[in-house]
Order: sequence, then structure tokens, then C-alpha cells
Amino acid sequence: MHEDIRVKNSPPSRAKLGVFLLAAIGLLILPLIAQQFGNAWVRIIDTALLYVLLALGLNIVVGYAGLLDLGYVAFYAVGAYLFALVASPQLTDNFPAIAAMFPDGLHAPIWVVLPVGAALAGVVGLLLGAPTLKLRGDYLAIVTLGFGEIIRVFLTNLEQPYNITNGPRGIGQIDSLSLFGWDMAKKWDLFGLSIPSVTNYYYLFLALVVLGVVICYRLERSRIGRAWMAIREDEVAAKAMGINTRNLKLLAFGMGATFGGVAGVLFASFQGFVSPESFSLHESVLIVAMVVLGGLGHIPGVVIGALLLAALPEVLRYVAGPLQAMTGGRLDASILRQLLIALAMIGIMLARPRGLWPAPEHGRSAPSQAPRSP
Amino acid sequence: MDTFIQQLINGLVLGSVYALVALGYTMVYGIINLINFAHGEVLMVGAMTSWTVATVLADSGLPGWLLMLISLVAAIVVCAVLNFVIEKIAYRPLRNAPRLAPLITAMGVSLLLQTLALIIWKPNPKPYPILLPVEPFHIGGAVINTTQILILVVTALTLAGLMFLINRTNLGRAMRATAENPRVAELMGVKPDVIISATFVIGAALAALAGVMYAANYGSVQHSMGFLPGLKAFTAAVFGGIGNLAGAMLGGVLLGLIEALGAGYIGVLTGGVLGSQYQDIFAFIVLIAVLTLRPQGLLGERVADRA
Repeated sequence: MHEDIRVKNSPPSRAKLGVFLLAAIGLLILPLIAQQFGNAWVRIIDTALLYVLLALGLNIVVGYAGLLDLGYVAFYAVGAYLFALVASPQLTDNFPAIAAMFPDGLHAPIWVVLPVGAALAGVVGLLLGAPTLKLRGDYLAIVTLGFGEIIRVFLTNLEQPYNITNGPRGIGQIDSLSLFGWDMAKKWDLFGLSIPSVTNYYYLFLALVVLGVVICYRLERSRIGRAWMAIREDEVAAKAMGINTRNLKLLAFGMGATFGGVAGVLFASFQGFVSPESFSLHESVLIVAMVVLGGLGHIPGVVIGALLLAALPEVLRYVAGPLQAMTGGRLDASILRQLLIALAMIGIMLARPRGLWPAPEHGRSAPSQAPRSP
Repeated sequence: MDTFIQQLINGLVLGSVYALVALGYTMVYGIINLINFAHGEVLMVGAMTSWTVATVLADSGLPGWLLMLISLVAAIVVCAVLNFVIEKIAYRPLRNAPRLAPLITAMGVSLLLQTLALIIWKPNPKPYPILLPVEPFHIGGAVINTTQILILVVTALTLAGLMFLINRTNLGRAMRATAENPRVAELMGVKPDVIISATFVIGAALAALAGVMYAANYGSVQHSMGFLPGLKAFTAAVFGGIGNLAGAMLGGVLLGLIEALGAGYIGVLTGGVLGSQYQDIFAFIVLIAVLTLRPQGLLGERVADRA
């Protein structure tokens, strides 16, 4: 019986395997080529990979379960601040009791923080999900948006009466990651190749993105994934088919948040600095745009969307030096980046309303009309 | 008690601005089911236009109120044209697309307007000229100035006018019909495209009005100023029941009151642990609470059912 279903997923043909291997090799040597042009390029790729992770997580909530979440960046913030707090001098500097407990300073290992961050973000996701279960589309969007803002306001203001987050100045001097004694902040020489810190991070991020893609792929084809899509297409019908919509929606929120938490931990150690500015509504909007632009609920589409919106404006901004000179410095790099993102969001949606690479089998990847009450 | 009256006044003034912006959100949502994310930016463009006009004409020797009126008219015209064009380019082609597509273009337009404003007007905050007398009136220990009185009066008049428009005129009837069912409305001789354009133009005019009042009240303008009032107004619209005009007004005023009173009293209530910098989250906490208990918002459903 199981075999009958498996027939569709027949073993990959030779050609497919070849493409797959080529892509794998390409991804492995990509940073080595990019670093020849300067570490800034590898850095751009690293950031893009983090966005891919975020977009994959949000895709679970928006793409599979059809719940529009505009506060996704809150989970990213939870992960980032968790790592910032347990792996920087922030707490030991401000709380003598903690400093007494950890005389060598607080340096939590990544093996502990990563799962804890994922779990914590997941729990926060469930907490957010619980009161919003009854809400339909747009109400949900505004509540999640408000939730994201609440988290950001707290991060900005939790420096009084106890200085926990250091307010708008943010937390710095965060430890870099080290795996098996492999300190990622250092430069390594392997077989005559020098591997800078950004390239180390590239391989770690790549590994996690691949893991994320595998998880999403398996989820999509599982009982849970199909139930999510049923809820997305028609919640009442899904309920009638015996799907426990409440638990599954909560699970979607939790799973999506987990991805955000992991990405947050990575972000904190990669940057070495976190501040509330990194977790504004603009980030949430950007991640939603990545998912929708790429193709809601379709993994390759989501990955493409994330890479495009994260990397392309950065690349163009290096090319666009002359433009800046032409406009007398009014168009500086960050403004140009914003402009390009805005134009991409409008242009791509107008040209391809279902995304650049939409899911093939579902004619309608999102509910085409909000259910209107009579 | 003085604090109470003062915060009541502040809340009503703030709430009036929210209500005007919320009406724009709610009318658009009632007709095409779209959260027009760029609406807050329209408010910003209105305020910036009015600032530009008022600054350019500052030396002309015209009296303050006339200057304000001229700049307001200019802001309304610019915003109306802008919103008309936005709808035509960014939303109309996506009318039958998946529901999230126009939402993404709306977010794109919002970012685009903000960036363009940043390029045109530079990022620094600019002081809004003082056009009306600032001598405060005293009401039992609390103060209110001319601008604030004007805001309350103008808002009340505008809301009354809008109610008349929606309930008593042909255009209003056509709008309600389109909100109810665009296809049937078309069969009855209503042109949905014209009605939708009209809705966007009216919404833009309200946003421009709100923008000028907001700028005059707070005394400064900046490219990012549209974000918070836009967000709060959207919250107000949802709070009152999105798609419902009376709900948007009620939601806006209530939200303004909650914020002002909350900011005034949170320090006392929590013994100084939490200060007024948490003002911005009251709106959302109340919103989450209300929606959990009453998911459809305070006043239920849609423009057509009630208005």
C-alpha cells in the first residue's frame, strides 16, 4: 500500500542525480570563489542564507497553513537575544549575582543554545498562536504584527529598572561560534587555502539550510503537511474531515517559530551584535515578501525568493556606485537597496501574481478570497 | 483629576487622527478586501506636501489660517492623485490574483513611497511652521490649544459629511452596493472600477487631512512619520470591525483614549517600573484582548450591513 504511493516518487533518474551533484559541488566551492573578490561578497551570501532559513520557517505558517503572520521577526529576535544574553558580558556586567556564579564570564556553548533557542521560540510561537486561533486572515495579520511590535518595544525598553537588553544600544561582544574546537571567528588554513571567518559561517549556514529544506520537504509530504494544506484551502471542510485544526494551527506556528529562533541564534553570533533595530516590522514584511514573491508553499520558489530579495539589492548596490555620484550622494547605498526591494515587490507581483516559481499541483496556492461572512 | 482631563483631551485629539486614517483603511477593505498598507504613507505625503507649501509661502505675508488652508488643499489634491495612481497601477491588475499578491504590492508601495520621500525631502525631521495661535485655553486645570480644538471640530464635521455621503448620495449607495456584491452592482449599472477609484480618492483626502492635523499638532514632519499612525489606524479599524465605518470611528477614538490614559497612568499603576515609553504597546495589548473575546471586532461586519 505504501509502495503504491511511493511509485510517484520514483528513484531519481541519472540526469537528476547529476544536476543534484553539480549543484552540491557548486554550493560547496561558491564561497571559495566569492572570497577571491573580497569577504564582503561571502558576507552577502551568508546573510542571504539566513534569510532563506527565515523564509522556509515562515513558509510553514503562511505557505502551508495559510496563516498570514506579520510578526515573524519576533521569533528571530527571541533567538538572537537569547544567544546575546547567554554568550556576552551583558548579564555578568549588570548583575553581580550572575557574575559571581560565572567567574570566567558567561559563555554558553552553541550546542546548548541552539536547541534551547529553537524550543524557546517554538514556545513563544505557541503562546502567540493560542489566542489567535479563532481569528480569520486579516485579523490574524494585525494581531501578529502587534505581537512583533510588542516584542520590539520591550527589547528597546528593558533597560530599566534592570538593564537586561541594554535598550536601543543593543548587546555587543557576543561570542562567535565554535564547533568541535573549530573557532569560526578565526582564519584557517586548509590544504593551502585560507578560509576566513565568513566562509566558516557559510558552511554552517548552508548545512542548516539544507537541513531546513529536508525538514520542510518531509513535512510537506507528511500527514501533517497535507492537513495544513487542507486547512489553508478550506478550514471548515478540513475540520469536517476530522482534522484537529486547533492543534495543527498551533503546530504550524510552533514549527515556523522554531526556524526563526535558530536563525536568530546564528544571526547573533554571526554579527556579534544585536539591537532592536534589526527586528523591525520592515524585516517581517521583507520575509513575507520573500515567501510570496518566490511562490507560496513551494520550497524552491521560497528559496529563490529569499535569495533574490536578500542578495540582489546588495549586489546591485556595489554596482551602483556611479549612480550615487550622479545624484550627488542623495541615493546612497542603503536607500538604493530599499528602492530596489520596493520595486521588486511591486514589479514581480504584477508580472507573476502567484510568485516566481509557484507550486505546480495546486491551482490555488492561497485562498483566493477571504471568506466573507454573510 | 487634572491628569485625567488632560489625557482625555490628548486621547480625543489623537483618536480623531486615528479615526480619519482608519476610515480610509476600512472603506478600501470593505470594497476590495485589501489591507492597503500604503495608507500610512499617504498620510505622510500629505503632511510633507503641506509642510512644503507652508514653508514656501511662509514669507508671503498671508495669515496663518489661510496658509494652512492652502497647504491642506494642496495636500488633499496631491494625495488624491497619488492614491488614484497607486490603485490603478499596483492594485487593479491584481484584482483577481491570489489574495496575498495585492498585499505584497501594497507593502512594496509603502516602502517605495517612504524611500522616495526620503530622497526628495532628506531624512532629517523638519519643524512644521506654527500657523495657528498657540495660546492655550484652560479647562479645569487641563489645557487645550487652538489646533487641538480645530482637530476635534474638523474631524466631527468630516465624519458627519462622510456619513451623509455614504448614506444619502448616489455615490454612497453605489459604494455600498459594490461592497455588498460587485457583480450584482455592475448589473445594476454601477461601474465598480469608478467606485473603487472614488473610494481610494476619498480615503486619500481623509489621510491628507489627518496628516496635516498630525503634523500641526506634533510640530514636526519626517519621511517615516506615516508608519506609526498608519499602524495604529489599521489597528483601530480592526478593533472597531474592519469594513465598518462607524466601527472605524469608534475604534479610532477608543484607541486614542486608551493610549493617552494608559501612558498617563501606567507609571503610577506599576510603581514606576514601566513608564510611558510603553505607550505604543497598549494599543496592541487591548487589540489582542478584544479580538480574543470578540473576533469580528467591536461593531461586527461590513460597511454595507450597517452604514
